[in-house]
Amino acid sequence: MKGLPPVLITAIVLVAGFALCAMQFPNIASTRVVGNLLTDNAFLGIVATGMTFVIISGGIDLSVGSVIGFTTVFVALAIERWGVPPLVAFTAILLLSAGFGAAMGAVIHVFDLPPFIVTLAGMFLARGASFLLSTESVPITAPVYSTVSDFALRMPGGGRLTAIAIIMLVIVIGGALLLHLTRFGANVYALGGSRATASLMGVAVGKMTVKIYMLSSLLAGIAGIVFSFYTSAGYSLSAVGVELDTIAAVVIGGTLLTGGQGSVIGTFLGVLIQGLIQTYINFDGTLSSWWTKIATGILLFAFIALQQGLVALARRPVRKSAGATS
Amino acid sequence: MENSPDPAPALVEVRGISKSFGAVRALQEVDFTLRAGEIHALLGENGAGKSTLIKAVTGVFPRDTGIVRLGGEEVAPRSAKAALQAGIATVYQEVNLLPNLSVAQNLFLDRQPMRFGIVREGEMRRRANALLADFGLDIDVAAPLGSYSVAVQHVTAIARAVDLSARVLILDEPTASLDRHEVDILFGIMRQLAKRGIGIVFVSHFLDQVYEISDRVTVLRNGRLVGERETASLPRLELIRMMLGRELAETTSARASATEHRAREICASFENYGKAGYVAPFNLELRHGEVVGLAGLLGSGRTETARLVFGAERADRGQAKVEGAPVRLQSPRDGVRHGFGYCPEERKTDGIVAELSVRENIVLALQAKRGLHRPLSRREQDEIARRYVKMLDIRPADAERPVGLLSGGNQQKVLLARWLATSPRLLVLDEPTRGIDVGAHAEIIRLIRELCDDGLALLVISSELDEIVTYSDRVVVLRDRAHVEELAGEAIDVGNILAAIAADGAAIAHEGRA
Ligand SMILES: Nc1ncnc2c1ncn2[C@@H]1O[C@H](COP(=O)(O)OP(=O)(O)OP(=O)(O)O)[C@@H](O)[C@H]1O
Ligand SMILES: [Mg+2]
Repeated sequence: MKGLPPVLITAIVLVAGFALCAMQFPNIASTRVVGNLLTDNAFLGIVATGMTFVIISGGIDLSVGSVIGFTTVFVALAIERWGVPPLVAFTAILLLSAGFGAAMGAVIHVFDLPPFIVTLAGMFLARGASFLLSTESVPITAPVYSTVSDFALRMPGGGRLTAIAIIMLVIVIGGALLLHLTRFGANVYALGGSRATASLMGVAVGKMTVKIYMLSSLLAGIAGIVFSFYTSAGYSLSAVGVELDTIAAVVIGGTLLTGGQGSVIGTFLGVLIQGLIQTYINFDGTLSSWWTKIATGILLFAFIALQQGLVALARRPVRKSAGATS
Repeated sequence: MENSPDPAPALVEVRGISKSFGAVRALQEVDFTLRAGEIHALLGENGAGKSTLIKAVTGVFPRDTGIVRLGGEEVAPRSAKAALQAGIATVYQEVNLLPNLSVAQNLFLDRQPMRFGIVREGEMRRRANALLADFGLDIDVAAPLGSYSVAVQHVTAIARAVDLSARVLILDEPTASLDRHEVDILFGIMRQLAKRGIGIVFVSHFLDQVYEISDRVTVLRNGRLVGERETASLPRLELIRMMLGRELAETTSARASATEHRAREICASFENYGKAGYVAPFNLELRHGEVVGLAGLLGSGRTETARLVFGAERADRGQAKVEGAPVRLQSPRDGVRHGFGYCPEERKTDGIVAELSVRENIVLALQAKRGLHRPLSRREQDEIARRYVKMLDIRPADAERPVGLLSGGNQQKVLLARWLATSPRLLVLDEPTRGIDVGAHAEIIRLIRELCDDGLALLVISSELDEIVTYSDRVVVLRDRAHVEELAGEAIDVGNILAAIAADGAAIAHEGRA
């Protein structure tokens, strides 16, 4: 399958890393730690799933962190200040963020602008809008929040699989199915191969672009809601820089930054690797949490170098005979 | 082929189409009629506007004026997808497939067999295999398309279009990278489709193929319609005159001096040279002032040999010598350093930089050879570009135009110019005349001979046996990735080459193409 070798490498790195950590801190190998890891990184896993689609299609979405921030503020204000029922607030913000993504996709396609520029503008726009709504942190006290936070499936060994972790797993699995098994997914790869060619082959490139960015923003909206569950607050400065963590997870997961190759599963593993590094640092207790960034940076660098190597290998023609002699 | 008696219903009527790109008037008031069940050749020199006409009709870009009627009703597809939905399937000149997707996904992109919203991967592969089997291709359809040769990719593109062609099939130079056997298969399929009432437009620079397959021809020149004729009653010279607007100068005189046994100095030699799993070890001597032709079927190891000789692929055994001194050819840079040049067959991926101008593309290899610290002055660049634009008759004669905007044949000429500009001692040409019109074709063959007279050593790959016979002093025949025969002097003729290619008893039909 597409992107399998890099994914395998990601998986090996994860397993080896986990084994090393477990050797030093045997407690890490417990369902409790794993459960927390999933919970802590639930929002990241959700946005990263959307980002995978965007990057495979040859684009990039820098607005996701801001969309998460905006979502938390919007949800907090709607529930706490405007007295909107939580479900209505969720629906509204999801429609809003999907519309925001669709608009970015449309601008990218219609004006033929680089996604980098358009989503950078989207990033400032969404962040600015959340400051307009409120500059301070708004705590959320609605009963749904405590209900959801308390809900968890017990895992053997005492670990808790929380609601938000479950949401993340469902989205990752759903994303993987969408990407690998549907026509939409095939078209995402096609766009990443070459937009011009995909268009000549009859793919509705414009519609696809709109849908892909819509999906990414929608998932960022869901991630925002999940983030608000996680922190029980809305804050306009939340999730600053998350777009970069997300892109890092996607690339570490073996997706080609230039598009055309990659997988959701790889991205999920990339998220877990980042979570693992964070967990290790927490266990150690003496290391600054900035070591997460440094370790991520080193991994990222290693993976990009690896991919360049693989791409160079793939470029060398493996000419199979045409089977034309008969 | 039987021509249906006169008033065959018009399937596609194109009336008064014009298209300009800035100041370039690529099409001016062109009419074109395609009847149901006919194979219609669309001909013209490089840059005449054939591909532009096809793209304007299929909605790839908007046309300035003109209408298109399909089955009597006016249609105006705004995208390739809309044209497909109207029943017009096209293989555009720049083979339009996605190397990162599997062969099966390429064949069924956007129309995969589905169940409950899920692509039926197994069913899709089965159908892909069945489809390719019609073209005599038995490959792993789950592998990425990019891992196969250009020819396989081209066949895949054609198979996709054939499968999609509900009413009209348009093929823009489909045979350029196919060998005779595959061309025969394609023609067989085209005839079947025509019999079912599908109208087929066929663009090619191979006039023999035009006479072999087409019922009618339409000729364009400089973006204007020259005329439409029945192929059967159109003398070849008349057709060439329509295309060029002049007589073709007699160029392809036989190899006058080839049999003259001049003692030529060895330029480069390869002893027991080869790479496991790539090409079996071979001996090859390339002499100054001599053309060595490489003949064989696709996949027989011709391109592989060329890549080894140039250093694009590393040999794992044998010894290479340049001017008698042993050398190591580890990378294309080594090749360039020893004065080798290589015009690859995949011009889009291995050669042309579409965004750069004609001038920049031409000086690219020369600049690389000189090194970055000795830049060519703008004056020198202009001078070089002007010389080659003129020498190879690159059109439009504007050295500042991005190469991507040139017609396919003219891009090919730019690539050739790039290597000529480095004044190499050995030049390897992989299918140098592919996609090049009759006029320029004769020019290039003349050029090859001239270069030789100046002492260049040439190694030329071509699927055109007549062409190889015309310019080669020696011909190496390959089969199954091994050099099986070397012909020289009087022994070089199409019959002998074919005999060597088919020596294992496989009967290969080859209609002579005089
Ligand atoms: N996108 C474009 N922008 C600008 N000029 C273009 C573009 N496409 C084609 N042209 C110009 O239009 C003219 C016709 O080109 P076209 O590709 O139709 O030629 P062609 O008949 O298909 O030639 P060939 O046999 O070489 O493929 C050429 O002068 C070419 O440079
Ligand atoms: Mg063309």
